[in-house]
Amino acid sequence: MARKLPMYMAIAEAISQEMERDSSVFVMGEDIGAYGGIFGATTGLLDKFGPDRVKDTPISESAFIGGALGAASKGMRPIVELMFVDFFGVTMDQIYNHIAKVTYMSNGNVKVPVVIMTAIGAGYSDAAQHSQTLYGIFAHVPGLKVVVPSNSYDAKGLMISAIRDDNPVMYFFHKGLQGLGWMPSPEEAAVEVPEEPYTIPFGKAKIVREGNDVSVVTASRMVYEALWAAEELEKDGVNVEVIDLRTLVPLDKETILNSVAKTGRLLVVDEDYLSYGLTGEIIALVAENALSSLKAPPRRIAVPDVPLPYSRPLEKFVLPSKEKIVKLVKEMM
Amino acid sequence: MPDISEQTLLSLYKTMFKIRYYEETLGKIYYEGKSPIFDISAGPIPGELHLSSGQESSAVGVCVHLKPEDAVVGTHRIHHFAIAKGVDLKAMTAEIFGKRTGLSAGKGGHMHLFDPKVNFSCSGIVGASFPQAVGVGIAARQQGADYVAVAVGGEGAANQGTFHESLNLAALWKLPVIFVIEDNSWAVSVPKDKTTSLSRNSERAKAYGIPGVYVDGKDVVAVYEVAKEAVERARNGEGPSLIEVKVYRLRGHFEGDAQVYRPKEDLEQAMANDPVKYLENQILSRNLQSEQELKELQNDIIAEIDEIIEYARQSEYPEPQEALENVFIGGD
Ligand SMILES: Cc1ncc(C[n+]2csc(CCOP(=O)(O)OP(=O)(O)O)c2C)c(N)n1
Ligand SMILES: [Mg+2]
Repeated sequence: MARKLPMYMAIAEAISQEMERDSSVFVMGEDIGAYGGIFGATTGLLDKFGPDRVKDTPISESAFIGGALGAASKGMRPIVELMFVDFFGVTMDQIYNHIAKVTYMSNGNVKVPVVIMTAIGAGYSDAAQHSQTLYGIFAHVPGLKVVVPSNSYDAKGLMISAIRDDNPVMYFFHKGLQGLGWMPSPEEAAVEVPEEPYTIPFGKAKIVREGNDVSVVTASRMVYEALWAAEELEKDGVNVEVIDLRTLVPLDKETILNSVAKTGRLLVVDEDYLSYGLTGEIIALVAENALSSLKAPPRRIAVPDVPLPYSRPLEKFVLPSKEKIVKLVKEMM
Repeated sequence: MPDISEQTLLSLYKTMFKIRYYEETLGKIYYEGKSPIFDISAGPIPGELHLSSGQESSAVGVCVHLKPEDAVVGTHRIHHFAIAKGVDLKAMTAEIFGKRTGLSAGKGGHMHLFDPKVNFSCSGIVGASFPQAVGVGIAARQQGADYVAVAVGGEGAANQGTFHESLNLAALWKLPVIFVIEDNSWAVSVPKDKTTSLSRNSERAKAYGIPGVYVDGKDVVAVYEVAKEAVERARNGEGPSLIEVKVYRLRGHFEGDAQVYRPKEDLEQAMANDPVKYLENQILSRNLQSEQELKELQNDIIAEIDEIIEYARQSEYPEPQEALENVFIGGD
């Protein structure tokens, strides 16, 4: 049976069901026990599984995230949470030199079934060290799968796939999609979620709105900005196709290329920084494979290479938004 | 009572009361625009807000020994140190309100306060303060100067690798650094005894061959004494010290924290050890001030803070496109 769930509950349910199914799954992180995760992603797990399988850690990220690799090497399937993606600098070596590379360096002889989950996103004045999106850094490093759900149905299915995957998965939930009550979140992100466990394959983007005039490729919370922009553009007779990538690694190139072949126009919208990131990657993909189908130069909207400022008008100025999408799409037509 | 002049005691009290009133005032303003439904992005102070009520003594007892050229490198919960260090409070408050008259013209916010005039800085990354304070110590050495650095961290931060690396380096190079660990018993929802293999972080000083002291911050004078010695040692080239101050978190981890994880007795115990009340009682019982005099003194401080808050409220927001400025010195 399906019922509407906010994303944070869908994630917690996915973890809970996998913990029931597989005794090698356990969770470590800061404030994931009694608190249930600062963004709710481990709600109820401590009560259900106890402190041996739901471990509140010291603020020692190198130890418990590097520790996830060690535990995985002995057959465990750890899920580790570190609240905000902004904090990963303190443990990056364990991730980008070890967790990401051990499988390759061992020629496939060592598997690393680790899920690392964290929150991304801005929009509520949490400033430069608590508002970044940064998934591009992890997608840049070979060996990490990168998951970016935009709604509770995808969040559950992708989490179960992540836990069952024999590779390290970076799982990024957006604070502004979790449906926490105290943080604004679009109602559309809380959708029907089946009670029973299910998986969603990685590398399958979703066309969340069909259209013929322009392809807007995006992910996570920006999916909604794109959809709202599409509604408005509809009034002007512009038909926008919106693609929710769902996973950045692996990337569903086919869906993007097919869409651009149909519409002839590409706009990439990303809440991460502009340069050397997702937007450039998607545009390069299209330029390499479908240049001749483009009727207009591809365009992109992202955070314009400045840290996220605190003050409301400043933050609003740098974040991608429905308004910016509408304006740019009109220019492209 | 140790030898501390009545005048010093009163001045410690003034700063402690100022901090308390400031924090409690921000704690009220924070909820403006956030009710009936709490929305973290709304109101005159959006985003996270970590207040220091109950922890005043560590800041005041330490900073009273510092000069403007001494550095304080702090954490996310740091208004008390900022005030005690003499950060421009008008500009700091305007920053917290996101205004152009703020320390960083609205770019930083409450976790990212920078006042180079008094060598104050802080950040929202737990454990980031220690190496940076060590660096200030290195500069003092390079420059042959006698300024010192204070690194502030919570008891939670003492489990971060940076803490241990920094203690070792500071000890190895005999740097003028004072490590101040504020033990408020909690790292968000996780109690100290669930995260720390020793009951006192001050014990960890032994591993690096430096002095380590645990002091109860209920009594600011005790902190004052311990800090005096540590600052003198650092200034005299005798190397770093570690001070762990037992402080009392009187509010949630951040505002809006329902603290469901926190036993009622824990909060009651914190309230029973309130350092501002404790000092107030000392002052009254020793007749340093009459109740009337104390009230007047408090009213002066209240008026000063209220005026600062009003200034911050009335200040203008920055222009949106200012967001693009100052990524680099000298432009891109
Ligand atoms: C590297 C890093 N990890 C985690 C966090 C999230 N976080 C912010 S404050 C905090 C607790 C800090 O506890 P403590 O050091 O005792 O300071 P307190 O909040 O009690 O003053 C945590 C886990 C962070 N900001 N940075
Ligand atoms: Mg603490």
